[in-house]
Amino acid sequence: MNISAILAISILIPFAGFLLNFLFGNKMPKGLVGIIGCGTILVALAMNIMLFVNALNGPETITYFNWIHAGSFSVDFSFLIDRLSVLMLLIITGVGFLIHLYSVGYMHDDDAYFRYFAYLNLFVFFMQMLVLGANYLIAFIGWEGVGLCSYLLIGFWYKNTNYNNAAKKAFIMNRIGDLGFLIGIFWIFNQFGSINYKEVFAGAQGFIVNNNYNDSVIIFITVLLFIGAIGKSAQIPLYTWLPDAMAGPTPVSALIHAATMVTAGIYVIVRSHVLYSLAPFTQDIIAIVGISTAFFAATIGLAQNDIKKVLAYSTVSQLGYMFVALGVGAYGSGMFHLMTHAFFKALLFLCAGSVIHAMGGEQDMRVMGGLRKKLPITFITMLTGTLAISGIPPFAGFFSKDEILAKAYEHNPILWAVGLITAVITAVYMFRMLFLTFYGNFRGDAHQESHLHESPSTMTIPLSVLAVLSLVGGFLGIPEVFGGKHILNDYFTPIFSDISSVPHTGTALSHSMEFILMGISVALVLVAIFFASRMFIKKSAEGMEDENQKGFSKLLAHKYYIDEIYDTLIVKPADWFSGFIYRFLELDFIDGIVNGVGQATSYSGKTIRKMQTGHIGFYLFAMTICIVILILINNFFIS
Amino acid sequence: MNSIITTIPINSYILLCTTLFCIGVMGVLLRRNVIIIFMSVELMLNSVNLLFTAFSAYSSNPAGQIFVFFVMVVAAAEIAIGLAIVVMIHRNTKSVDVNEWSKLKG
Repeated sequence: MNISAILAISILIPFAGFLLNFLFGNKMPKGLVGIIGCGTILVALAMNIMLFVNALNGPETITYFNWIHAGSFSVDFSFLIDRLSVLMLLIITGVGFLIHLYSVGYMHDDDAYFRYFAYLNLFVFFMQMLVLGANYLIAFIGWEGVGLCSYLLIGFWYKNTNYNNAAKKAFIMNRIGDLGFLIGIFWIFNQFGSINYKEVFAGAQGFIVNNNYNDSVIIFITVLLFIGAIGKSAQIPLYTWLPDAMAGPTPVSALIHAATMVTAGIYVIVRSHVLYSLAPFTQDIIAIVGISTAFFAATIGLAQNDIKKVLAYSTVSQLGYMFVALGVGAYGSGMFHLMTHAFFKALLFLCAGSVIHAMGGEQDMRVMGGLRKKLPITFITMLTGTLAISGIPPFAGFFSKDEILAKAYEHNPILWAVGLITAVITAVYMFRMLFLTFYGNFRGDAHQESHLHESPSTMTIPLSVLAVLSLVGGFLGIPEVFGGKHILNDYFTPIFSDISSVPHTGTALSHSMEFILMGISVALVLVAIFFASRMFIKKSAEGMEDENQKGFSKLLAHKYYIDEIYDTLIVKPADWFSGFIYRFLELDFIDGIVNGVGQATSYSGKTIRKMQTGHIGFYLFAMTICIVILILINNFFIS
Repeated sequence: MNSIITTIPINSYILLCTTLFCIGVMGVLLRRNVIIIFMSVELMLNSVNLLFTAFSAYSSNPAGQIFVFFVMVVAAAEIAIGLAIVVMIHRNTKSVDVNEWSKLKG
């Protein structure tokens, strides 16, 4: 098989799965629906592994046809297979397949089983389009498509109004970012005369050669693309949709709102790294937005009692880390953390799903506790994930997070300090979640206790695989100080070679300094875990009732009242303004015109019909008079 | 043949035709008997026909005379339909007075 056929199969087969399940799924048995859902992704994964092997030999652009051609504007329907896109493909279909498999068990009792798998396959299709596109427009199709799938799956249980509102919130907040992204694309075309990655980045090389940094046009373009990334990757100020997106089924949260879709913003920036390297000003903005999001989301995570909300804020926080890496120019480190995060956060979400499954839909950690013995596999895997995200060596999170922290230190020690504090907070809230869920005594009612059970094997197998990945994923990037080989950096060398001539800010760390930084972070995290164990094993959930919250913890539990502030500042005025428009512009003005035309016609008809007397003599007389008048006009006025 | 027509000056034709036409118009406007009105319409049509013929002869152009045939055909068709309507209405109202027909008004 040649490469373009492999690529076509890889992209189209999830779409075929979507069509089959969506159109015929309600008539098919559940087993078949599940086989189609998982099988298509497995085939795509196999194809992607072939693409991966191929991409190691060098990047390749596959063009299927010329899509839009108007004047100097030309867009090909083409895909770029290089080391960056195939790595994303492997994450999407690899983690995606495990989550599909998990869903077979998790969603088994749901009536809309086929619809669920159809949407999930559609998501994989669009996500592949997004990462494979060889120009910004193809990427934008995928970008919008994954947003649509996110909306459909958040509102999957559409009979619940709150879930629908969460879906709408996610969609609308994403649209704000999408607008930025779209304007960014327009501007790129205006500046470079093309939206193909190849030509754009070749054009950008000219700026590097001329040493032209912080050009205002490049700053605008990069900031606009970053606004798109803010929306999709849930950063301040557009992050509030992600915690609400937990309304969807838990595997969806794992796939879309942790592992893949929310990292699309990271991917687009890494893809456009040439442009970003030209705009250190934008990079500073990214670093600041990233680190503040990481910190604030982590503090909110400290006081959440819903197991999925904790993980949601944790995701926001970890995405912030990735943006810090991009902001300091460490694109490879950002991708490294993206990958390890995909492993351990998908794992954590699936574990949370397993717990929720066992608890019969209950998500409040205050009524859990002591699940360690009832759900042993879930406990072990969740412990792995928690250790990984907390950055305990040798788990995956340690390597990627410390790489980012080290790069941040090179750039600016303040970034490192805030990042370190965030890492400590991360350890506290993650272990708080683990302890509240699995340690202590069971705090639910007797009915829930009798219902507790370990999940079926379709759910525990993905958990185990992801746990292994969370353990070994970090070995792809062993830092030099440990005498290891940084496989991922070598892997990415061809991708980032085009910015090798861009001068670096800051100085490289000495090995001893790097050891010290690692030592500090690991030591502080261990202290944090010890602190969390004292706090949450012994005292368990005492004093966590809603009415007992005071002062700062109340502020945290209410997420800094950000939702309320947005409501007051944006939603309410917008609502009031639309009401105003409705009353005055719509009712009085537009309706006035429409009704006025109708009334005028009706009135004039009533008046004129009185001329129709029915007397033929009168008609004839009127006709004659009129003809005479016409003749007179013709003779005396016109000629 | 043209010489016979052209022995009478054109002004006389115009005067005659205008008079006939005006008589027709007055008949249409003033009479209430629908049969008379029809006859007046015919009078108007034929006065025009006469004028056509006269002008045609004076300008040596046969087009005017051909036109007369068309007018006759149309007039015949019009009379056929018109009289049919008159007959139908007369059967219903037992009247040929046009003012009686204002009942048709919706």
